[in-house]
Amino acid sequence: MKEIVVISGKGGTGKTSVMGSFSYLGKSDLVIADCDVDAADLHMLLGPDYQRSEDYYSGELAILDQDKCINCGACLSVCQFDGIQSENGTFRIEAMNCEGCGYCQRVCPTNAIQMETQKVGEWYTSSSKVGSTMVHAKLGVGAENSGRLVAQVKNEARRHAKKEGKEIILIDGSPGIGCAVNSALSGADYVVFVTEPSVSGIHDLKRVTELVKGFSIRSGCIINKCDLNSQMLDELITFMADAGIEHIASIPYDETFTAAMLEGKTLVEYDKGPASQVLIKSWEKIKQFAETEGCLK
Amino acid sequence: MKIAIASGKGGTGKTTLATSLSSHLSETQDVVLVDLDVEEPNSRLFIRGDQTHSQSICKQVPEWTGDCSLCGQCQEICNFNAVIKVGTQIMLFPELCHSCRACSELCPESALPLKPRKIGMLNQIQAGNLIFVESRLEIGEQQAVPLISQTKDYIDNHFDESYIIIYDSPPGTSCPVIEASKDADFVILVTEPTPFGLYDLKLAVEVMRKMKKDFGVVVNRDGLGNNDVLDYCDMETIPVLARISNDRRIAELYAAGELIFSTIPEFKEQLLLLERSLELSTVVDPV
Repeated sequence: MKEIVVISGKGGTGKTSVMGSFSYLGKSDLVIADCDVDAADLHMLLGPDYQRSEDYYSGELAILDQDKCINCGACLSVCQFDGIQSENGTFRIEAMNCEGCGYCQRVCPTNAIQMETQKVGEWYTSSSKVGSTMVHAKLGVGAENSGRLVAQVKNEARRHAKKEGKEIILIDGSPGIGCAVNSALSGADYVVFVTEPSVSGIHDLKRVTELVKGFSIRSGCIINKCDLNSQMLDELITFMADAGIEHIASIPYDETFTAAMLEGKTLVEYDKGPASQVLIKSWEKIKQFAETEGCLK
Repeated sequence: MKIAIASGKGGTGKTTLATSLSSHLSETQDVVLVDLDVEEPNSRLFIRGDQTHSQSICKQVPEWTGDCSLCGQCQEICNFNAVIKVGTQIMLFPELCHSCRACSELCPESALPLKPRKIGMLNQIQAGNLIFVESRLEIGEQQAVPLISQTKDYIDNHFDESYIIIYDSPPGTSCPVIEASKDADFVILVTEPTPFGLYDLKLAVEVMRKMKKDFGVVVNRDGLGNNDVLDYCDMETIPVLARISNDRRIAELYAAGELIFSTIPEFKEQLLLLERSLELSTVVDPV
């Protein structure tokens, strides 16, 4: 079983659109995991049926029982997060600031503080319109610990791949280099970067490449909007060669991606234009690369 | 006045707007632009100036002295799995630590003293009249929030209320976004008129309402996609502060790391519109 993760560093490079097309091309040969749980968009292209839904609990929140509170302020003195607020000598929890560390509960002399586990999202197992199983999630607003939800989504995807005898798990990762991306990369066999030839695209690719190196995962890159700036394109290609990132393909700027999105379709099902042709070839290459053993130097 | 520029979806034009708006405002006022997108800080690529200050940002994490009775209370205390007792060792996972200090301060044998761990760098740059501050998360560090929080502390300690402070926030709707916008007086949500843009805008609106923030929307790449974003804002009575047209010249300038506001008149017009609706303008409109 191979895990292929699609990430971008920078947001808005077309990662989810590309991911949607690969899901369509891979059809029922794969299991799809949408690990971009904080603003997940892939479901809009793949029409999942939300067969099974599970609540996701993570982290705790301090709850203060005013009847037991003697207003001693012990909680306030230990909290590092401005999670305890005092007004006119009485105390309350500022839920937005509480990190759920539980220090206040431990020092409260009257047991007035209880820690409660919070439901911070949901995750789903679906059958997607392309025929494959899709595991995806919705993280509640302002929730933390998205890395753990990503791990949960991936584990469920692995379970299904094993059960259904599927060779590939295709994973949509999130932007950035933080906990969600770390979690998406752990255990991956191949990384597909989707980037653009802009100063930001290159800057962010460099940072995320550094992260991927730490995981020793091989990688390739799709350059989207490749005709944006030829100088940046040269710089990007040079960087990729130096970093040992395979150049999978380049796609010129194409508003057909948006036209397809408006109809809730992936590009390759929407039309057979030049960008679709590039994506079809790219998917074949990626499947080959993923099969090749070895680590990124 | 603190203004946060945020978006649910990544790549909608937060940095383009933040750098242009702050450069434009700095021509007449004292402005500090702060890049709080610490995982992928991009504003600096558009700001030309001299670095005037640089410092490491650390968080406090426990370090095991190696000398204790292995009672295991620290493991039981830690809600983040950052302290684990394995055999005759206390193992620490500093990238998971939230620096709550509980394990250290409650250890009966004082075997877990706190030590600083570098999580990022803060840099300050002077670009004409614009002051720019950014923080960059160390690769491999998983938590953006402590770095964002300390960067805001730095701003509060160095710049008083006479400055207009503009935060370039991280994308998404989870904890880093909350941290970046929670003390802002106003939040600008940048979106694009596509189904992804709309879906993620709705999530961002939910966050802002939960935080009881004043906010408005800037539609970028106006003309691409459809009218659903405008219809949604209309229905929800969310002010649309500006509409930046879908213009390839903007994308090309952005790609090259150029500031857009001085080059493209239509973009400048939208900035002036935004400036007026935020009541930041020092110029009185002729009646």
